[in-house]
Amino acid sequence: MRSIVLQHMIDNKDHYIEQWRVSFDELLFSRSESTIKPQYIQDEMKEEFVSVIFDTLTMDGHSRRAVVKRFAERLIHDGWVVSEFIMSLQKLRRIVMKDLSNHYDREKFVDLSGELEDWLDEQITDLTTEFAKNHEEVKAIQTVALKELSAPLIPVFDKIVVMPLIGTIDTKRASQIMENLLDGIIEHRAQVVLIDITGVPLVDTMVAHHIIRASEAVRLVGAECLLVGIRPEIAQTIVNLGIDLGNFTTKSTLKKGVEAALQMTHRDIITNEEPVTGGGLN
Amino acid sequence: MSNHSCIEIANEWGIVSARQAGRELSKEIGFGSVDQARITTAISELARNIYLYTEIGKIDLEEISDNHKNGKVRGIKVVASDKGPGIENLRDVMVDGFTTSGGLGAGLPGVKRLMDEFDIESIPGEGTTITTIKWLR
Repeated sequence: MRSIVLQHMIDNKDHYIEQWRVSFDELLFSRSESTIKPQYIQDEMKEEFVSVIFDTLTMDGHSRRAVVKRFAERLIHDGWVVSEFIMSLQKLRRIVMKDLSNHYDREKFVDLSGELEDWLDEQITDLTTEFAKNHEEVKAIQTVALKELSAPLIPVFDKIVVMPLIGTIDTKRASQIMENLLDGIIEHRAQVVLIDITGVPLVDTMVAHHIIRASEAVRLVGAECLLVGIRPEIAQTIVNLGIDLGNFTTKSTLKKGVEAALQMTHRDIITNEEPVTGGGLN
Repeated sequence: MSNHSCIEIANEWGIVSARQAGRELSKEIGFGSVDQARITTAISELARNIYLYTEIGKIDLEEISDNHKNGKVRGIKVVASDKGPGIENLRDVMVDGFTTSGGLGAGLPGVKRLMDEFDIESIPGEGTTITTIKWLR
């Protein structure tokens, strides 16, 4: 059984859509400064929102939620601000409310406005729930992606592996670095591990502590750790902090580190003599 | 002063936002890259102490200026305050190698060396406030 308010809105659909559109222009989409969209995309979005709200009036709960879900997906994908859509729903409330108060007597109006509130609340709840749910999903995917990126181990030569660290190191990541380091050493039968901190913005006592612990663990599994990519300003702060990296072999660049690692495994890079062109073997 | 920001430290990400704010402000004031690294490292240490030892605290960053003998000098003031358990013996925590968390024990003495001015006030059971300043030279 459809409520009187909904029936009223379905009957006067065109009238309300027109009125609502007018109110759009004074409020919606003009506010988001960070994501200014071309006019035609804004118009498209307005039309879609209108149809999401008004076409679903005749639908049952299940199919309505599916429509709202698709709409929320688009909002996230294109980076819209959900609060603007909710504010525009408040505008719609005012428009319908005003109409109802003109059409019905006071007693009836109180009943109807209650119905209208219920309907609008449901719309807002569904929209925000779907929006938040979508956000959570995106966040979960990004967390996984970030985790995959956070501590890669690259075998560069036989017995030599490199772990380039980029970005902030927090507790979670530190434990992952340790895990990947030790697993990688066993897997690649590495003798030397180069930890490259060129991309680490800041080395405080916690980061240093984690690196020191990781290198101790590396030593326990029979390999050795080289710290490379210490930028000048990082070197100065390490000295200021009074962190003792005396047990570490450190090199300024990854290139020097690789050379040292080759030496440690009794190898060398040699340049072949230029091949003689045009002559030689008959 | 016009430039002032306050960052709450309630989790590990608070540490990251505090030092990002610190880096931006110190860059704005005109510190070189080495001093920027010093200031952000100091903020990182202070914020981490709040995260490790207390439930919640905050880092206040402020641009300051003072009249030195060579004219006006600009600087950055970093205030870390919390309502945590406080520090029983202030002399101990300023000694290199002293730690209650299994860390390196270089945090607070390190901050003192990284910055120009350092002041610590702590009342056991009520909280700790650490004020540090770095001057632009």
